[in-house]
Amino acid sequence: MARLTNRRIRWWRGAVGLIAGLYFLVPLACSVLFTVDVPGQGFTLSSYTGILSASGFTSSLLLTLELAAATIVLVLGLLVPALLAARLGAPRLRPLLEVVCSLPLVVPSVALVAGYSGVLRWGPQYLSRTPLFQTFVAVQNASFPVVLVLAYTVMSLPLAYRALDAGLRAVDVRTLMEAARSCGASPVRAVFQAVLPNLRGALMNASFLTLALVLGEYTVGALLGFRPFAVWIVGIGGSQAQLSVAVSVLSLLLTWALLLVFAAAGRSRTRIPRRARAKAAPALVPQESAS
Amino acid sequence: MTVEFRSLHKSFGATKALDGLDLTAHQGELLALLGPSGCGKTTALRMLAGFEHPDSGQVLVDGEDISEVPAHRRDAGMVFQSYSLFPHLTAADNVAFGLRMRKVGAAERRARAAELLELVGLPQHADRYPHQMSGGQQQRVALARALALRPKVLLLDEPLSALDAKVRVQLREEIRRLQQELAITTVFVTHDQEEALSTADRVAVMRDGRLEQCASPAELYDTPSTAFVAEFVGTMNRLPGRATGDGTVEVLGQRLPVRGAADTSGAVDVLVRPEAVDATADEDGSARVTATAFHGAVTRLTVTLADGTTVKADIPSHRASDLAAGAAATVTLPERPVLIEAHAA
Ligand SMILES: Nc1ncnc2c1ncn2[C@@H]1O[C@H](COP(=O)(O)OP(=O)(O)OP(=O)(O)O)[C@@H](O)[C@H]1O
Ligand SMILES: [Mg+2]
Repeated sequence: MARLTNRRIRWWRGAVGLIAGLYFLVPLACSVLFTVDVPGQGFTLSSYTGILSASGFTSSLLLTLELAAATIVLVLGLLVPALLAARLGAPRLRPLLEVVCSLPLVVPSVALVAGYSGVLRWGPQYLSRTPLFQTFVAVQNASFPVVLVLAYTVMSLPLAYRALDAGLRAVDVRTLMEAARSCGASPVRAVFQAVLPNLRGALMNASFLTLALVLGEYTVGALLGFRPFAVWIVGIGGSQAQLSVAVSVLSLLLTWALLLVFAAAGRSRTRIPRRARAKAAPALVPQESAS
Repeated sequence: MTVEFRSLHKSFGATKALDGLDLTAHQGELLALLGPSGCGKTTALRMLAGFEHPDSGQVLVDGEDISEVPAHRRDAGMVFQSYSLFPHLTAADNVAFGLRMRKVGAAERRARAAELLELVGLPQHADRYPHQMSGGQQQRVALARALALRPKVLLLDEPLSALDAKVRVQLREEIRRLQQELAITTVFVTHDQEEALSTADRVAVMRDGRLEQCASPAELYDTPSTAFVAEFVGTMNRLPGRATGDGTVEVLGQRLPVRGAADTSGAVDVLVRPEAVDATADEDGSARVTATAFHGAVTRLTVTLADGTTVKADIPSHRASDLAAGAAATVTLPERPVLIEAHAA
């Protein structure tokens, strides 16, 4: 009986796995096939080699990664202190924080970008005689558009908030802080040495979600007239179909690779024991031989 | 090191957590803070640790007001009610955390952590993470961590409440042994009166943010100064009596001297411990045994008097054989001063 149910569960598992796999893998396989099997040429990797030489690939990818890094720093820099403060000092602010961080979910990015471009157009007109004019120019610098970082930060707030909040739920921040303080740690050191190390997984999740969002973001970048990676892909797709699909496949792989890196970093708590033991082992040996 | 609370007041919104607490813990003593839930024990302890600031009043350490000293500069080790070890550090690293904050070298840190883990009986657990240890082991490590900086005061906030009964008894004896060995002034919060009576040098009973009585366990048990203390510590019977106003009270047909409030007169409750009540089998007795519970050397009888009052009496088990449930009995009290409380209404 038990074996029967077991087998049935396994059968179901296989079926679900297969359907899910087909759903994801078939389009992927078709994409790959489309890029390597060019009509009239047979099997060729030319679209992939073409990527590296295509104009704008490296610059747009680098720009996007830089934007992502800046966004991650800004989002975590804003959210972590706010969430910790809400937990430690003002628990009543928590619902407010949650609502504020969820607002971007209800504002479509098109509306967001309409607002941004409105301000960007209005600002210079009215501020042309003030030093703020330079700020508006700098914010829109095409080599590093700060305005995109600001937009992405707002857009990734809901994702990062949820990831961090889940992590904070799993630890008793107040007790950890107080335990650290009674061990002689100043409040700042207590945060960095007792609280944040226990939020590593949550920080990694928040960073990854932000990164994924920035990598795939098209609307804001395109409408404000910048050329991050996603915009570049769409742009090149019009002229060279094979190339653009090849780029999509590559960016998918790139995202996966980054995901794995982040997941590994987030999980490295399980790796600490090995490291700690490796470090402790040489010290232990002489002690043992001495006793 | 002497610790003194001087008329501490603290309110959280409308709740008065502390309402004029005065209390002193002497050098090297283990002072238990005992009281019902919500009476302000934790709040008092957290004020000593520096996590809470008094609305008014002072916390004095060796005569000096430490109200303005931040928590991390106070020389106090603390063990928390909830498990509070740093999850990302091993037992040894947890113990050495404070030393790392004080910038003690790695070798010395490791040596001191090993020494402390030895002290709490967990030398073989140095490389374990908190989630790999039992609750009792975690609290031991927490105790070692609290002692690592050789604090002048040790603060324990119900460190045993999350543990099962056997581990609790074991660990509280160990805490007592360590405390005496190190001669460290210790404030131990608990709401378990047995724990307080069996480990502390002195027990401070709190009620609604105020000190009710602070005395040695024996004194607290034998001569409680208020009815609240009498009923909170140990079991108490309440017998209806009539105070005469000249220092005696009539109860159970006897006339006994009154302890304390001698000028009270009229209907009162007489408070007596079960072990002070004697019951004997008596065919003509008006009282009736309604239940018996065997406790080894003594048997606790529940006796209902003629007027319906229930009395608990502890009598030697060898005499309890003819006092089964349903038996008629006579209840008497020894000729000793008793505590009385006037009826509220
Ligand atoms: N941070 C706080 N905010 C609001 N009220 C609080 C806070 N801390 C304590 N209180 C209130 O103050 C009172 C005393 O709390 P305290 O924690 O000192 O009680 P306690 O004697 O330790 O109780 P227990 O035995 O349940 O731990 C309680 O009524 C509690 O609700
Ligand atoms: Mg408490």
